[in-house]
Amino acid sequence: MFNNSGKMLLAAASVAVLAGCASPVKLDKPVEVEKKDVQTTTSTTTPDTGKSTVATTDESSKMVAPITLDRVIYFDFDSYAVKDEFRPIVEAHANLLKQNSGAKEVAEGHTDERGGSEYNLALGQKRAEAVVQQMKVLGVGDSQLEAVSYGKERPAVDGHDESAWAKNRRVELRSK
Amino acid sequence: MWPRRHALRALGASLALPVLTPAFAQFRVEIKGTGATQIPIVLGRFRDEERQPQSISAIVRADLERSGVFRIVDGPAPADENGTPDYNTLRARGADAVVAGSATRLADGRIDVRFRLWDVVKAADQGGQSEPSLPVDLRLAAHHVSDQIYQKLTGERGVFSTRIAYVTKAPGKFTLRITDADGENIQAALIDNEPIISPAWSPDGGELAYVTFHDRKAKVVIRNVRQGTTREVAAFKGSNSAPAFSPDGRTLAVTLSRDGGSHVYLMDRNGGNVRRFTDSTGIDTEAKFSPDGASVYFVSDRGGGPQIYRQPVSGGGAQRVTFNGAYNISPALSPDGKLLAYISRGGGFQVMVMDLGSGDVRSVSDTNADESPSFAPNGRYIIYATKADGRDVLMTTTTDGKFKSKLLESGLDIREPVWGPFGR
Repeated sequence: MFNNSGKMLLAAASVAVLAGCASPVKLDKPVEVEKKDVQTTTSTTTPDTGKSTVATTDESSKMVAPITLDRVIYFDFDSYAVKDEFRPIVEAHANLLKQNSGAKEVAEGHTDERGGSEYNLALGQKRAEAVVQQMKVLGVGDSQLEAVSYGKERPAVDGHDESAWAKNRRVELRSK
Repeated sequence: MWPRRHALRALGASLALPVLTPAFAQFRVEIKGTGATQIPIVLGRFRDEERQPQSISAIVRADLERSGVFRIVDGPAPADENGTPDYNTLRARGADAVVAGSATRLADGRIDVRFRLWDVVKAADQGGQSEPSLPVDLRLAAHHVSDQIYQKLTGERGVFSTRIAYVTKAPGKFTLRITDADGENIQAALIDNEPIISPAWSPDGGELAYVTFHDRKAKVVIRNVRQGTTREVAAFKGSNSAPAFSPDGRTLAVTLSRDGGSHVYLMDRNGGNVRRFTDSTGIDTEAKFSPDGASVYFVSDRGGGPQIYRQPVSGGGAQRVTFNGAYNISPALSPDGKLLAYISRGGGFQVMVMDLGSGDVRSVSDTNADESPSFAPNGRYIIYATKADGRDVLMTTTTDGKFKSKLLESGLDIREPVWGPFGR
């Protein structure tokens, strides 16, 4: 679910970038090619800032957690330890944040459905903080990270057995 | 022969006895155990009530039946509050009390709800009341009649005119709802696509604090129930949750993770003057003030699993309160401060009640998916969410567990009931 929204966000960002580069021409009409001289054919709206100016759009700070990175870390029952198999995920996100000091990520802790909503909220918080702590140890700045929790309120998978519970005990990393 | 009949009668008395009233078919009143003594009462129709948008006598009848304290008896009632009871016939029918009344539309559009109660045994007028009400408040006026009858015949305040807040969860839709204490007149206070948890009433019943995830993290918001205005009181870095008002309404206890971990903090009711209250390396959450305001009960896993602790507001260390079982959460204090209700995990999750004086603990539920116990303001009942026959329900039980009533049932996930105070 969050994977999809991550993709959509990224897709939306790419569209925005493309839109920013394109000429303001309605696509349902044939493009009228101006036949003046060669130098003025590409754009009619660029302000006169000289011919050496290059416009810069820095999207890098918004490009954290690209979809090529896994972003879900699963936990054992009643455990807050980040298992070794998920270390690469934590490290990849940590590297990304270190390379983009303006980037921010939220670690969202989740639990399975068993138990009270407030106690589970605190347990999910503990998982999220465990992931954040590892990223800080890897050198990510405190201001780039926030640990929050949904407790048992947002299961990834419906179901009332161990296979569902195992998929719901997790921390999701998402960009902020 | 005799022992068999005796056994049958005992069996019948111990089984659930469904009592259905046509207009309120969702009320299934279950009586368990043989110790319930019920006051037999005759309740007449209220004169002219059929001309009004609500049937006063039907609301009062359902209230009295659900309380477990009354048994409605057939018999002659006076035409209205000005009549005279036929005491001889009423006594012959076994009635101890009789109620009559009226619902008359006034010139200004309000409806005057009047009633009078008579003691049949003593042949004595026990007094009555007149309450001119807006049509929208007619159910409230009926509940006030029930409250008066209850108080005059039991000596305790009734809770029929109180309200209960709870949360329903449908796929992608969370709703904070408020219902009358009879499970009727349900109104949505807040609808969101993100979770809502932990509603808590202000002591005057005018506000509800709750946790919203609307901004994709837990924040504590206080909402004026009538006006719908809200103010955010805790939105620190990390999670902000588990609000509870102090009995004087001036202080709020909340759980914050802003300093790492989950700990209980106290703050002014507007969110100012935040100070850390609990101090452990583990989880501290679900704070509830004692009714005298001197202590805070909360859940902590400082000793391993979650247990309930008590800590003085004025300073001093926390004392462990629960010892039976490895998982005890969601404390609730009775209004007199003598009982602690909580959820204990054993085979399932069950509501337990501890006598804080003796430390004795008893289970008061016969279900195993119980959540969020909350006391009625008169201390007689506990409401909790659970599952019965595969459906989500709100149940009420007397504090001894002997009398239970299903308040609400739904195909939706029903959660987090919290009983409001007297008054609204």
